[in-house]
Amino acid sequence: MVMMTYADAAKLAIQQAMRADPTVWCVGEDLGRGGVFKQYTGLVEEFGPKRISDAPISEAAIMGASFGAAMVGTRPIVEMRFADFALCATDELVNQIAKARFMFGGQSRAPMVIRKPMGMWRSSAAQHSQSLESWYAHIPGLVVVCPSTPQDNYAMMKAAIACDDPVVYLEHKNLWEMQGEVDTNAPGAFGRAHLRRAGTDVTIVSWSDMANVAVEAAEGLAAQGISAEVLDLVSIWPWDKAAVMASLAKTGRLVVAHEAVQVGGFGAEVVATVAQTAPQLLKAPIQRIGAPRSLIAYAPNLENQLRVTATMIADAAHKTLRTETV
Amino acid sequence: MSIANYDTDRGLALLATMERIRAFEEQARKAAIKDELVLGAIHLCIGQEGVAAGIMRSLSQADYITSTHRGHGHTIAKGADPAAMMMELLGREGGCCGGKGGSMHIADFDVGMLGANGVVTANITIAAGAAHGVKLLGGDQIVVCFFGDGAANRGPFLEGVNWAGVFDLPILFVCEDNVYSASTLTSDMTSGPGVADRARALGLQTSVVDGNDPDAVADIAEEITARIRQSGKPEFLHVKTYRVSGHTYFDPASYRPKGEADHMAATNCPITRLRETLLGAGIGAANLDALHDAAQSEMIDALATATAAPWPADNTVFADVQDIGSPAQGAF
Repeated sequence: MVMMTYADAAKLAIQQAMRADPTVWCVGEDLGRGGVFKQYTGLVEEFGPKRISDAPISEAAIMGASFGAAMVGTRPIVEMRFADFALCATDELVNQIAKARFMFGGQSRAPMVIRKPMGMWRSSAAQHSQSLESWYAHIPGLVVVCPSTPQDNYAMMKAAIACDDPVVYLEHKNLWEMQGEVDTNAPGAFGRAHLRRAGTDVTIVSWSDMANVAVEAAEGLAAQGISAEVLDLVSIWPWDKAAVMASLAKTGRLVVAHEAVQVGGFGAEVVATVAQTAPQLLKAPIQRIGAPRSLIAYAPNLENQLRVTATMIADAAHKTLRTETV
Repeated sequence: MSIANYDTDRGLALLATMERIRAFEEQARKAAIKDELVLGAIHLCIGQEGVAAGIMRSLSQADYITSTHRGHGHTIAKGADPAAMMMELLGREGGCCGGKGGSMHIADFDVGMLGANGVVTANITIAAGAAHGVKLLGGDQIVVCFFGDGAANRGPFLEGVNWAGVFDLPILFVCEDNVYSASTLTSDMTSGPGVADRARALGLQTSVVDGNDPDAVADIAEEITARIRQSGKPEFLHVKTYRVSGHTYFDPASYRPKGEADHMAATNCPITRLRETLLGAGIGAANLDALHDAAQSEMIDALATATAAPWPADNTVFADVQDIGSPAQGAF
């Protein structure tokens, strides 16, 4: 076990993969100076500017060219700088990368890791703060990962690089400096939820940084004598339905929380799946929490209106404990 | 080129390829309109065969191309099996994409054909990336990216061509200018002096050629591809041709001046032009007719093979989506 930051954990996984496989390379704006969040610091010195490649501010070309390079046998790690900017390359990701293997009848693969730093972070306002993970879960062909800890950012990055599918890899900007123990031997697995905290009264399902907020909520609930179980989905496509069902079989109460706008968020998918396939497990109506359907603001007090907090998650857990289904 | 030193072998090879493309397109049109066997839209390249034939003459099978929604000609010229292509147009098992893509996603990776594309301009960044990949892997292939005149008005044109220049990539961008962007005159919707000047402004060596003169296309392609193989640097070729067909096979193209397409077909058909050159160089008409007949017969057979092929198995709709979270494993 080694103590490191969330940013360094992903960097270590990339460094190890690049040492092991000369076809792995990184491309994006400013990578030669370590990247906008310094998450590539030191890599250009080891691997040189061809494999840690700068790019023009051309999101469509960064995504499209990486895809072309993937089709002829390289394994690109594509840096989009901000998840918001990746929208400039939506055709390349959604119409090209996600569909190529299928449309061409299995002739091609797009083994790519598409890094999209996401989420609210220090007054970054409406174009640098979004959580759009549910969009990508909706697109067949893509794998969608939202790691919440240094351990997961190491293990999932390693798994994502090794994966032959295109992986949309959403790191939360709030977590770059988060410290944690990393076991480099622990394998990362898609579609395997992590039990962040065991409990028996209520199940809280989350992912990305909201999983950390959920743990905080569970700690508060414990002080009030409520035993909350926190499941971190880690990847939302595929997602670990079995783990959610197993937890519900124990608790009978479900809270789903995410930073993204509640309307059409991935929480809706989790909730609908439970309601449709396992209503008998529920002892109380499900609670779903996401951001109000408004735009992320610059002023801190305005921004805070849109944040899902530990208190809100705890309140939702209380609600499930106060109500019973008929 | 004077008739005296005319390369008749090359001329015959170009003619054979063009006849095969024309015959394929005619069978595809028949299969679409008369037989009602083609399921979706197809975009025919009748009148533009000289471009595919002339450029592909300078490529090996290991080289890569990317194409457009109007990609049958490029695919045939690159060496794909026309029967597998026809099966794809008919959505059948055995189609080069298993019946999953159809005409607009036709591809044959075994011959370096990295896919047609249903989105105008999208293949430009992809082709630049294929060249980027070749360079990273230390390969000696080159890439040719075919796109239409309308494509120069989308942003990824600038991004992709700039990318190729920034990274010094072994790629030839071929703007196959057939005058129309779907039903709109491209010149009406294009500001400034046009596509070649845009490429020149991005630092690429740029050439222009008459696309309906197959020998001229083949000549310039030989020169340019030799330079790219030597220098590793991108170049740009503006090929001026004309779309005799409508935008799609069912487009009557009534937006064009009356008689324009007929006039072009009668006076500037690349197949007729090359036939005349070959006749002038002393090749007998019977030899040329034999190429025509062989192409007709090959493509009639291709359509017959395709018509007899079964539909793909229902469960293949869940295959080749993704390895992780695959619908084939019940992950809906």
